[in-house]
Amino acid sequence: MSEQISVADFAARARGWLPDYLPAADPAAAQFFLTATGSSDVEDLARIQTCRALQRKLHDGGFAGICVPPEYGGQGLTPAHQAAFNRELRGYDYPAEIQASTFIPAMALLLEFGTEEQKLRHIPAMLRGEEIWIQFLSEPGSGSDAASAVTTATREGDQWVLNGSKIWTTAGWYGDWAICLARTNWDAEKHRGLTVFTFPMSTPGIEVRRIELVNGSREFCQEYLTDVVVSDADRLGEVDAGWDVVTRWLYHERTIAGGSKYVTGQGNQSTEGPYEAAVMAALAREHGTWDEPRTQELIGEARVLGLVRSALVQSVTRKMADGALPHHAAAILRLFSGMATTRRASIAYELAGERGVAWDPADRTDAQVALGYVVRQAACIGGGTTEMARNVISERLLGMPRERRADSEAFRDVPRGPGTSRSR
Amino acid sequence: MFTLTADQELFEATTAQFLAAHYGSERIRQMRYAPAFEPEIWQRGAELGWTSLLAAEADGGGSISGNGLLDLLVVAFHFGRHAAPGPLLGTNVVALALGRWGSAAQRQGPLAGILSGVGVAAWAGPVGQAARVQVDDTGEHLVLNGAVACVDGAADAHHLVVSAEIDQSITQYLVPLVSPGISLSPLEGLDLTRRFHRVTFTNVRLPTGARLGAPGEGSAQDAELLDVMAVLQAGEIAGAMHRAFEITLQWTLDRYSFGRPLASYQEIKHRVADLRMHLEASEAAAARAARAVGERAPDASTWAAAAKAYTGRHGPEMIQDCIQLHGGIGVTFEHDLHLFLRRAVTDAQLYGTPESASRRVAQLIETPESLVAAR
Repeated sequence: MSEQISVADFAARARGWLPDYLPAADPAAAQFFLTATGSSDVEDLARIQTCRALQRKLHDGGFAGICVPPEYGGQGLTPAHQAAFNRELRGYDYPAEIQASTFIPAMALLLEFGTEEQKLRHIPAMLRGEEIWIQFLSEPGSGSDAASAVTTATREGDQWVLNGSKIWTTAGWYGDWAICLARTNWDAEKHRGLTVFTFPMSTPGIEVRRIELVNGSREFCQEYLTDVVVSDADRLGEVDAGWDVVTRWLYHERTIAGGSKYVTGQGNQSTEGPYEAAVMAALAREHGTWDEPRTQELIGEARVLGLVRSALVQSVTRKMADGALPHHAAAILRLFSGMATTRRASIAYELAGERGVAWDPADRTDAQVALGYVVRQAACIGGGTTEMARNVISERLLGMPRERRADSEAFRDVPRGPGTSRSR
Repeated sequence: MFTLTADQELFEATTAQFLAAHYGSERIRQMRYAPAFEPEIWQRGAELGWTSLLAAEADGGGSISGNGLLDLLVVAFHFGRHAAPGPLLGTNVVALALGRWGSAAQRQGPLAGILSGVGVAAWAGPVGQAARVQVDDTGEHLVLNGAVACVDGAADAHHLVVSAEIDQSITQYLVPLVSPGISLSPLEGLDLTRRFHRVTFTNVRLPTGARLGAPGEGSAQDAELLDVMAVLQAGEIAGAMHRAFEITLQWTLDRYSFGRPLASYQEIKHRVADLRMHLEASEAAAARAARAVGERAPDASTWAAAAKAYTGRHGPEMIQDCIQLHGGIGVTFEHDLHLFLRRAVTDAQLYGTPESASRRVAQLIETPESLVAAR
């Protein structure tokens, strides 16, 4: 490590490399799911191919897995190097859409819980853009309460057989591998009967259904698992100790809003589309409303939220790294991100006026703003609800009393709906 | 809270202890009708470094971390935490102006006085668009006429920096407040330890050497000072929020209703989580702005206005919610919360409201060519 490249030199190397290898970002092409309207499956799949190619370029240029050890195909550098690269990356297109779930939580969890064999098998392939991972965490009956999963894995020799259903998976219809939470013991307390598995999406018995969101996005999927056979060698972590993995899983998920050393760029959105204040300002000028004080106030507020979010991410990340704040502080970033995104969606909508109700079909920005308003709350739901973030902040960060639990007996006896009653 | 180095930490600890020893909340409450400026305490603060961080070493100042504004932000934060009295903001803004644009005489006299803690200064910062003071230049001396509606700390200050207009050209002047023709008329105010005055100039004669900086540069200089003021205000607001949050979190743990602590109700927990988020965001915004303005970065004005807009909007609102969580005790004079609300909202409203700061952020947006093309 004594010969580690300095952050400044690394940034300089990135500055020299980027113009030759990565194309400029197209601010008009918002890939953010809140504003994803009108793109076809063919276009989406083409974009994913582009992401794989861009990821391969990053890898070959020495900029993939900057904080990943070299033995797994990374660069073995520090979060400061990753942050410097992210700064240099501004204005360039990069594989934004595959950062989550491939690098967080999947790669991060493999690094923390994987066997040597699992790490060597998957992490280099992820960094080369060859393996896109998806997360099988939520279920139709368990969203925020991830530990109440009922997808069941039954052991048969050195294999496991999985049955159940998962939901809210991004990239479910084109991902290569899945990381999946399943129940392996119904007689233990709910957190103590869970195990995490990995398997390829080509495994027989996985049926994928696309979900349509209110803005037309078909990014999310639901999967049905019927007798899906998984090798015990693909289990991640110990049997019935899956909650240890999930705790870190949820942590990594919260850092998509910023603060992860495994994420390149600004997470899953290379541009913020119509929520970018500069786009709002350009639109206001085009429509002749710029000179109204209220317009400038709103656009200024949108810009302030973006700036404060970046300052907050930087500050909290540094505090978590040097121990001034515990890792639960990532929930502050998740909460802020949800609040700021919903507010900016409302600002963009207010600025649009009548065009937010009925618009010229040729104007995709108006469509994005209008439909983005309808799907606005997704920013406070996906990736862990803001209510859960508030629980983490109040209970874990501030030490306020935990909520009283009604699910501490054997999981099979826990009520799971109005139709179920306690067996004793 | 904003410390990065061991030297800064020591500086912060010393300042925090000093303020805690002298300005407990009971003392602040008592100062309501008393003179709020205590010269001997201020001079000891100057010895700690409160007045020299924005001045160059050549002038007798110097920073701790290399960015004096980031160091001073630590002081502002603790002034906010204590709702402390003292001409911290005005004096430091004037010190910066004198160091940056002052003549040799202005630096050797008034600036040296400020650094030692003996001299105190105030800034009649821009409030509206037009200059409120007119100047006549006879060639031999200057004559000022007009009024500034609201100046913080004018009665305790020896010098006032004010912009005045001649032939549509605005220039800054350093005015001794003892000059004949200056009259101060006290205003009533919210903050218990800040005194505001209307300052009227009636045929105030000054030597031409009273000019601060080049003729016609007054508005540009005011804009630079406004950025520094915005950062310091954001730091004070963040400090006031920090103290209010601390008090409120403890209250929710100590106060029992219906047989359980307030802190055990999820409604209360979620409100407190939001408060914590606004606090962290305000601190981050203030620190980021101090870095940019202290380094005179190209985006310094954007960050300064963003920090002011965010803390100014969310600081007072957050403290209001702290009061709500306290119930009736929160709106009594004997409780401490209002001290921090007064300080936060005073900083939020002065030298531009949060709304005007938001508009400034919008006006500073540069539209990339690619966006114009994409439309």
